[in-house]
Amino acid sequence: MFRYIVRRLLQMVLTFFGATFIVYALMFANVDDPLQALAGDRPITDSQRAVLEARYHLDDGFFTQYWHYVSGLLTGDFGQSLTGRPISEMLAQAWPVTVRLALFAIVIAAVIAVGAGVLSGIRRGGAFDTATLVLTLLVLAMPIVVLAPLAQLVFGIQLGWFPPTATRDANLYELLLPALVLGTLVVATELRVTRTSVAENLRADYVRTARAKGLAPKRVIGVHVLRNSLIPVITLIGVDIGALMSGAVVTEGVFNIPGVGFNLLRGIRTEDGPLVVGFVSVLVIVFLVINLIVDLLYAALDPRIRYE
Amino acid sequence: MTDIRAHLDALPGVDPRAPLLEVRDLHVEFRTRDGVARAVNGVDLRLNPGETLAVLGESGCGKSVTAQAIMGILDTPPGHVTRGEVRYRGVDLLRLPEADRRKVRANRIAMVFQDALSALNPVYTVGFQLAEQFRMHRGMSRKDAKQRAVELLDQVRIPDARRRVDDYPHQFSGGMRQRVMIAMALALDPEVLIADEPTTALDVTVQAQIMNLLAELQQQRGMGLMLITHDMGVVATVADRIAVMYAGKVVEEAPVHDIYARPAHAYTQALLESIPRLDLKGRPLNVIRGLPPALTDIPSGCAFHPRCTYAREICRLEPPPAYRIAPQRIASCHFVREVLGV
Amino acid sequence: MSDYNAVSTVEAPGKSRTLAGDAWLDLRSRKVFWIAAVLVVVILVMAFWPSLFTSVDPRDCLLARKHAGASGGALFGYDFQGCDVYAKTVYGARDSIVVSVSATLVAGLIGLVVGLLAGYFGGWLDALLSRFVDVMLAIPFLLGAIVLAKRLSADPQSNGIVAVIVTLGVLGWTTAARVMRSAVIEAKNQDYVTAARMLGASPARLMLRHILPNAFGPFIVVLTVLLGINIAGEATLSYLGVGLKGDAISWGLAIAEAGPYARTAAGPLVWPSVFLAATVLAFIMLGDAVRDAFDPKLR
Repeated sequence: MFRYIVRRLLQMVLTFFGATFIVYALMFANVDDPLQALAGDRPITDSQRAVLEARYHLDDGFFTQYWHYVSGLLTGDFGQSLTGRPISEMLAQAWPVTVRLALFAIVIAAVIAVGAGVLSGIRRGGAFDTATLVLTLLVLAMPIVVLAPLAQLVFGIQLGWFPPTATRDANLYELLLPALVLGTLVVATELRVTRTSVAENLRADYVRTARAKGLAPKRVIGVHVLRNSLIPVITLIGVDIGALMSGAVVTEGVFNIPGVGFNLLRGIRTEDGPLVVGFVSVLVIVFLVINLIVDLLYAALDPRIRYE
Repeated sequence: MTDIRAHLDALPGVDPRAPLLEVRDLHVEFRTRDGVARAVNGVDLRLNPGETLAVLGESGCGKSVTAQAIMGILDTPPGHVTRGEVRYRGVDLLRLPEADRRKVRANRIAMVFQDALSALNPVYTVGFQLAEQFRMHRGMSRKDAKQRAVELLDQVRIPDARRRVDDYPHQFSGGMRQRVMIAMALALDPEVLIADEPTTALDVTVQAQIMNLLAELQQQRGMGLMLITHDMGVVATVADRIAVMYAGKVVEEAPVHDIYARPAHAYTQALLESIPRLDLKGRPLNVIRGLPPALTDIPSGCAFHPRCTYAREICRLEPPPAYRIAPQRIASCHFVREVLGV
Repeated sequence: MSDYNAVSTVEAPGKSRTLAGDAWLDLRSRKVFWIAAVLVVVILVMAFWPSLFTSVDPRDCLLARKHAGASGGALFGYDFQGCDVYAKTVYGARDSIVVSVSATLVAGLIGLVVGLLAGYFGGWLDALLSRFVDVMLAIPFLLGAIVLAKRLSADPQSNGIVAVIVTLGVLGWTTAARVMRSAVIEAKNQDYVTAARMLGASPARLMLRHILPNAFGPFIVVLTVLLGINIAGEATLSYLGVGLKGDAISWGLAIAEAGPYARTAAGPLVWPSVFLAATVLAFIMLGDAVRDAFDPKLR
């Protein structure tokens, strides 16, 4: 286990530098006037120009610039938005509601996916299975830009079941509709993976052994099949966090939730380049850390990895 | 521990004088998209306490399916028992409610599987998987159950059992893993042990160790052992009686020495002749021509006739009756006399 | 179990068929495939000859008609700028298809080259390329796309089509590369490829004649699914304001514009949404059907 963790940590360090380098390069490599690129169509004032030049060390070579940017990230200095506010301060305000929204979405998605996935996997080809398959297909076909505005229109405005917007201190009820929308982004894949995994594991030899041991079907499925089936689902949740981050940009925008995604969207719309790069960098780091945690969880669930 | 025994003994129809295990006219078929495969077509078997019965046949002859039907762990669907009886001490297990049948499993009839690596759950320790039976069937505490698990590992001679009880299946060698499998089957002191190719996945040297262990444990406990195998060598050393299966039927049944000395069915004879022997070195080996039949399309009459050197018109037209050629010998072959050479 | 398997794998002897030929035979018998195929054809026709569906110019807008309801001419009514929603939705198919097909080709090409090189040559090149793919996957797709698209679309004169194609192509090739790589490695280890190599076939010939045809199936599946993903990706980027703009017509853009007015006029929001979802659905179903046809094990 120790060696696995060390190897995984080393990998993460490498990936961190690689990923931040790519993000930085996507934004700044090969640009004539990087400052204007940051600001887009917006004119920059001389004072802004001075601040940005000091921040991004534009007189140095590209790699030196990147180094300054990375050391800033590592020391918690994410720079300033064009409005002059420190990005770390904006993040501190925006995080809590986004974390709550995302956790809520993950829980909803996982409960539905695992519950329905196990049922479908047990009775593959049955009516419930067929219905879920069709439903997941429809859900998969709904990009978040379709789902979020439509859900708000139908359930928030026309039916009035949920508040159509949410505030920074939104309670769970206010967050329910956005969380559902966000959850649908990942529920279909998770459900399908659970279903396939359960169906495969049900045919495994060790299930026959468990039955030969005279165990009740509930225990065979709940203890023996479930644990094995959840392993691929857990790894999937790591990848899903990335989709949730992307989805949060649209969802928070539509439902006016003042979280990280909302700020990022405002950064895009107001051509605030430093804000966008800062937020994206932080999200990439968070994504890396979450995937590390998921991998460790994976090792805890699957002893074959642990003792590799 | 006694209450489950008592409950089982109170099953309606339990007869202490009845045979330990008796299979009569068992039929199993698999209904798949590609058609119906008749895996078992009227198997008759009988097993007494303390006895070892070897069920011998090529892969696909229905021997594993028979074992699964006896255990009640067929994959249904696609597998269905369509006819027959499986009597444990006179009680037909096929007619028992599922809850009662589950209590028979592991408590009375237990099974050892071929490939212990896939037959053990990879994500739980062997201790957990052993202790699970004591907890579920005997209501023991986790601690007591684990203690019993250690004792069991000790009994199947796994060194350092106290430490290894917390290891996962993939941390054991093949032979040790099969020992775990055996310990698991013996946990609740069953009276019948079905071993489905228990040594096929192992190295030759380890095979002998496992077979010896099985034989020893069987004698200690006076269990009936049903040994399913395709290995004639294994059979000769441990079995009391042999049932030879072909295309889902028992074609010959006899005490082990009789069969090796004088086979009565053309198929048994051909099987024996296809074993390489030192004293026949230099001569071409008699292999059985052709392949075992597809179970979706079993030949008419005697299923062996397309591959048989004795076959004549009657073999294609009529299934041979079971001839009783000696007190404990049965053979289903039209040309029993010719095969025996009388 | 072994007995049961032995039965089900018995195959009738028949003419030797190619993998693609088998897949086609299988596809023809699938309802899902035909539904998806019909939808895709309708969308393609709409993309190339929108005038078959409407005679109205989608850019002919009159503020006076703002949010006017459906009338004889305009099936779905008018949006906040007084444009015909039906015509705009029909014309939206064109840019959507152009962008996603081009982006998929770009991604496919990069993935093909990277996967082939990594899989065929192995060693340090494989290690390097695989690490690079891992790093790419560490960046959530849309976040990377926002950064890149924002920078590429800086030019106020352009309509953003090229920028979106480049963005989706440059960021979307990783799955294709991975699938290509493993398919190549699998094919490379086949005995007949080893035999061909021993007979002195050149790497180029080996790849073209022996390895590529085998890797073709899974690769096509990935590209089909990628088409759907790219359609959704274009709409999302346009919605966020870093995608198509100017005189381009995009479902994503239409949804973004109609959002704030949904309370007064739902049509301009609903119709592009329906068309967008139907298009993505068509490609996902097509991908599902093709995958099942190419890989019978997954059924």
